[in-house]
Amino acid sequence: MSVFKDTGHLFRFAGLFVLAFLIFLVVRHYVVPKSFGQYGHYRGAAIGEIAARPVKFAGHETCEMCHSDVAEKKKIGKHAQVNCEACHGALASHADDPATVTPVLPDTAVLCARCHTASAAKPKGFPQVDPASHYQGTPCKTCHQPHSPGIDAGGAK
Amino acid sequence: MNISRRQLMILLPAAAVAWESVMAGTPEDAPNYKMTGHWWGMLIDIDKCIGCGNCVRACQTENDVPDGYFRTWVERYHRTDWPMTGSGPITTNPLIAPEVISPDGGKEGFPVATDESGKYFFVPKLCNHCADSPCTQVCPVGATFISPDGVVLVDQTYCLGCAYCVQACPYGCRYIHPKKEVADKCTLCYHRITKGLTTACCEACPTGARKLVDLKNPNDPIHAFLKTHSVQVLKPQMATGAKLFYNDLDGSVR
Amino acid sequence: MSGVEGYMYPNEITLYWSVLIVLYPYITGLVAGAFILASLERVFRVDAVKPTYRLALLTALAFLLVAPLPLVLHLGHPFRSPEMYFTPHSTSAMAMFGYVYMWYLMAVLVFEIWLDYRCEIVLLSQSCKGLLRLVYRVMTLGSTNISPRSLAIDDRVGWIVTLIGIPSAFLLHGYVGFIFGSIKANPWWSSPLMPVVFIFSAMVSGVAGVMLLYMAISKLRKQIIDMRCVDTIAMYLFYIFIIDFSLEMLDLVHRIYEADESFRSLDFMVHTQLYFSQIVIQIGLGTILPLVLLFLTQVVKLPEIVRKRIYAISGSLALIGIFAMRWNVVIGGQLFSKSFLGYTTYKMSLVTREGLLVAIFLTLLPLVFLWVLIKLLPPWPEKSAHAQAAGG
Repeated sequence: MSVFKDTGHLFRFAGLFVLAFLIFLVVRHYVVPKSFGQYGHYRGAAIGEIAARPVKFAGHETCEMCHSDVAEKKKIGKHAQVNCEACHGALASHADDPATVTPVLPDTAVLCARCHTASAAKPKGFPQVDPASHYQGTPCKTCHQPHSPGIDAGGAK
Repeated sequence: MNISRRQLMILLPAAAVAWESVMAGTPEDAPNYKMTGHWWGMLIDIDKCIGCGNCVRACQTENDVPDGYFRTWVERYHRTDWPMTGSGPITTNPLIAPEVISPDGGKEGFPVATDESGKYFFVPKLCNHCADSPCTQVCPVGATFISPDGVVLVDQTYCLGCAYCVQACPYGCRYIHPKKEVADKCTLCYHRITKGLTTACCEACPTGARKLVDLKNPNDPIHAFLKTHSVQVLKPQMATGAKLFYNDLDGSVR
Repeated sequence: MSGVEGYMYPNEITLYWSVLIVLYPYITGLVAGAFILASLERVFRVDAVKPTYRLALLTALAFLLVAPLPLVLHLGHPFRSPEMYFTPHSTSAMAMFGYVYMWYLMAVLVFEIWLDYRCEIVLLSQSCKGLLRLVYRVMTLGSTNISPRSLAIDDRVGWIVTLIGIPSAFLLHGYVGFIFGSIKANPWWSSPLMPVVFIFSAMVSGVAGVMLLYMAISKLRKQIIDMRCVDTIAMYLFYIFIIDFSLEMLDLVHRIYEADESFRSLDFMVHTQLYFSQIVIQIGLGTILPLVLLFLTQVVKLPEIVRKRIYAISGSLALIGIFAMRWNVVIGGQLFSKSFLGYTTYKMSLVTREGLLVAIFLTLLPLVFLWVLIKLLPPWPEKSAHAQAAGG
């Protein structure tokens, strides 16, 4: 065929492209993860993987399952909407194995100050004091019970 | 703990069973969780935030966030009083140039403020989980995406670490994880919300300033809240479809 | 926090795009610019620049081969980069890199070079010995047909390839401009002018680069520099430079005039952090000075030796200025906070994967590749005959 006579080299070059493209298609079939495109342009299985991460905070509903007495007391006090782990830290490990994992009680001297140290930046209605001068720096626990901190609720437990 | 032995014998197994279902696997497998039934967001009530930093610490604990990087952080704004003398350059306009600090992201709270003039407030920030997110738009390989239930996530086994998404986020909520070398950011505690828990930051917030919101749930209090309050999103001019709603957000917030 | 002024969002303090990301657009810019110079002769029949035709193509190829390296070294997971080929995200400008690169490399540059050199390749594959013989034989793809008709067909096809190559070159470098220009989150980058500015500054750098290489290599080979060629290149360089400068000034004036919410912050940044790299290097030494010098050569009849000096100086300044432009875009875009309330600093490291030494190495590597290519595919007839006679 006369058209191939002096253009054979061009077809060879094109042939390289075709070959490379075919190899690419084959490799792509094996390499692209199976769940890709399941919900959109991403690996669908990633959603499940992210959702399967371990939980560190148990959530107050889990705490209240066993510690219902504390929950009752807290419900009627000023700290009603303060969740257990906001002060006690992440305790899913304790909920998982209550007998073995015993949480450390937080140090109220540090803990209370974090929220209640007076600052011009805090909302005016929010209860705030200068910890150093409030009752000459007496520890908070002396008069305030953390689960129901209203002063008429009595001293520390 | 004031519980009798008998109560314990009943409660513990029940708790254990409930706990198991909480710890169980994928959302597709979870008996009650259908992705299409949810559209997640968050409500931040500026009036309630006291800048305690509990949320920042809780997030770091829950999600192993590396030091120096933040999935959530708190900013303290001081919109100073208007200058009383002279007309001054635009730089003295407190709405344009507020004083903002975020020491270590607010993780250990903030230094005590003593200046009684002007207005102070705290602004917690995190990923806005934009419905029209510019970060997922630019990912070259599809490693970051919005899930069918409205949470913007990163597939860290697929991410190249090119940082294009970090550049594209208008809110500065993304970073490249120093050890994993992939993009990282707030996942709205996806592993918690798909199990009926709330996010770690909302759980830890002592004043209820942060609330997880499910816009597709007719019983979610957000619907009533939106009827009676004015909410804003950050940088509305970017039209990102942000789902992080702020109540009482000041005009000086960037 | 060291190096931070004012307020930055906590995650913004580190710069994520380093000097390697400055280098990438610089390198692809040189590729695109060199190719445009080659196309001046091939498509637009500017015969005067023919002596640089083959050199321009080889320069483009040498730089294109190095181009992916800064990107790959920057990635957190370089071995995942094939994902860009397997699952490119159609909404991402960056995703087209893999395909545009492969297209430009194989279907434009390599194809055109192969077509232009095919005759010599076949002859060399027959006259050389040893390993070189094998290399040339592979390059012939098994076809030894160098009949006049086949060469005429090659010429015709090569013309079409160059024609397609021009928009391809614009795409290769323009998409990089779009990568920055389409980011609404960053007001220093976001602009419809960005791809256009990138393309024109690329042409400046590529044309200046080839001009300098031609002059330098001719000197090394002790060959006379074809002044008609160099004068013509300098003229085109001058005109392209004017367009580039006008576009950048348009962007600047527009910003100053509209003075949107980002302006104050960006203005401050340009006057402090970016003062040296933007005002002094990019605008002053890198644009205005070479423009003035080139303007002189266009309006005043100067002796050859003076013109050669001016071209060498302007060309070098242009290359430095265009690098500064890339620096100011990439690094500058990350120095200010998106809150418009603060600034950070770029701490360029020395010996890390994304450090200065790697950047210098990657800038010099294309010259090594070019040297190899020139040895393998001599751009000039005398050298080719010499190679033939000496048997490789």
